Amino acid sequence: MKKLKNDGTAVNSALLRRPIQRWFPLFLLPTVVAFIIGFVYPFFQGIYLSFCKFTTTSDAAFNGISNYLNALKDATFVHAFWYTALYAVVSLLIINILAFLIAYVLTQGIKGSNLFRTVFFMPNLIGGIVLGYIWSMIFDGILSRYGTSILLETKYGFWGLIILMCWQQIGYMMIIYIAGLQAVPEDLIEAAKIDGATKWQTLIHVTIPNVMPSITICTFLTLTNGFKLFDQNLALTGGQPFSFMADGTIVKTTEMLALNIYNTFYGQSASARGVAQAKAVLFFILVAVISLIQLKTTKEKEVQQ
Amino acid sequence: MAAQTKKAGQSLAGERRNKNILTVIFGVIAVIYVLPILLVLMNSFKANTFVKTNTFDWPNADTFVGWANYIKGMTFGNYPFIKSVTYSLIITLVSSALILLCTSMAAWYIARVDSFICRVCYYLFVFSMIVPFQMVMFTLSKTADTLKLNTPVTIPIVYLGFGAGLAVFMFTGFVKSLPLEIEEAAAIDGCNPVQTYFLVIFPMLRPTMISVGILEIMWIWNDYLLPYLVLDRTKYMTIPIHIQYLQGSYGAVDLGAIMALITISIIPIIVFYLTCQKYIIKGVAAGAVKG
Repeated sequence: MKKLKNDGTAVNSALLRRPIQRWFPLFLLPTVVAFIIGFVYPFFQGIYLSFCKFTTTSDAAFNGISNYLNALKDATFVHAFWYTALYAVVSLLIINILAFLIAYVLTQGIKGSNLFRTVFFMPNLIGGIVLGYIWSMIFDGILSRYGTSILLETKYGFWGLIILMCWQQIGYMMIIYIAGLQAVPEDLIEAAKIDGATKWQTLIHVTIPNVMPSITICTFLTLTNGFKLFDQNLALTGGQPFSFMADGTIVKTTEMLALNIYNTFYGQSASARGVAQAKAVLFFILVAVISLIQLKTTKEKEVQQ
Repeated sequence: MAAQTKKAGQSLAGERRNKNILTVIFGVIAVIYVLPILLVLMNSFKANTFVKTNTFDWPNADTFVGWANYIKGMTFGNYPFIKSVTYSLIITLVSSALILLCTSMAAWYIARVDSFICRVCYYLFVFSMIVPFQMVMFTLSKTADTLKLNTPVTIPIVYLGFGAGLAVFMFTGFVKSLPLEIEEAAAIDGCNPVQTYFLVIFPMLRPTMISVGILEIMWIWNDYLLPYLVLDRTKYMTIPIHIQYLQGSYGAVDLGAIMALITISIIPIIVFYLTCQKYIIKGVAAGAVKG
């Protein structure tokens, strides 16, 4: 079927292709030029600079892989990696479980479902910086009664960020889960009921296997969102509290990967920019690997269906 | 038989009761869910010192300051807030319009011409979707600076470049599903490609335009790091930059004034959301493929 359609396209579009091709400067060129300025050139220059010592783009001097070695030796980077990974896994579990539960209840035909959907989705539209300051006000309002602050303890910063991200993302994931749940064929549920399955059995053996594609999408979305988190992290704690290591390095205990890269770039010493760019490349590889695994999982699922 | 009907009736009534209980529970959760926004509103009318100590109290005679925070917030930090709002609006609207127009044209070209170069471009666009901003932020801000793209009027070019991936991906997918016969009919009737695009294709792209447009507006309006690094900060700020600047680097933090500014910046978002809710939810769900 697919093959046939492709052949058809090839024959028919001869009529269309040639004239369109002549309009290349109008149709494709503007986007491609902007894409080269905004992505392609900075991307490849970034890879090149990760092998250089530099303070600005014009004074780069090649120095091999030493930036990468320094990045991996950097205690703050290693700490940020584990902190981010822990955050990503915890937020993935909490957000997905809660979002699925809410979506499941809202598809059971309870009164006010549409209103609840509207309310739960709303925080998603508020930007990360603003979200950070809203919640820092709330957390400090609570914690100041006990004479402390979100900036004083790592665990407050961690759970604070989890609560913040739940508030922002549950609504988004809920929408995807609702779409998945509504696509489960009604007759499958009906059949399970006639066969005497309890609600719980129907959920585990019929509903969940049928919404696996939604679960995959949401799992990876929360995972990559977790790894790429920046604005909320900057606004809520900005990396505080700091802990001082024996060798004089300052580890910002709630600093995540993206913020760590940013601070290395624009921190006090401009000589660390090569290391920062190397960290950025490693960060990119990490995110790309997660995305590739996602692509593979989704493809496999499609084959099975 | 009668007993069975009775039992069924009971379980039906039970189910209805359970559903009502769920509605009540969700009602409570929904109230808790909007509480943070109400707290911001409430605290925007309190004097600075009380925001931290009396966060959860209703404003009273001691704490209430009326519109003072709003008036102060307008010029707080030696930068008029109204300028940030204007720049945010200009940047968001111009960038989104530019992205919608350019990438939909590019996507049509890619889908219809389908040459080797088109495929290379397409895969590069798709690839750019998985690259985090931190990877290019230093080099991109330097490039934009060299090319003088650091003003609110020129930054849309940077947004077009960095944001093209998702838009081209979504438009190409949609264009490929359009039947060729319509365009062939247009060509036979004497349309040149520009006419075909604007008179035939453009109207058909509407649903995807809305989805992509909403995703881009939400992204650019809330974006902090890209404009922060690219714009000439001594002259131009957007709302997120302004709020971060007041909280972060400005000497005496006035929480009351910040809450007032946050209230002002949230109101347009909520109005926008409540008016085009249906499209927003659909658009966001369509963008989920991004991953």
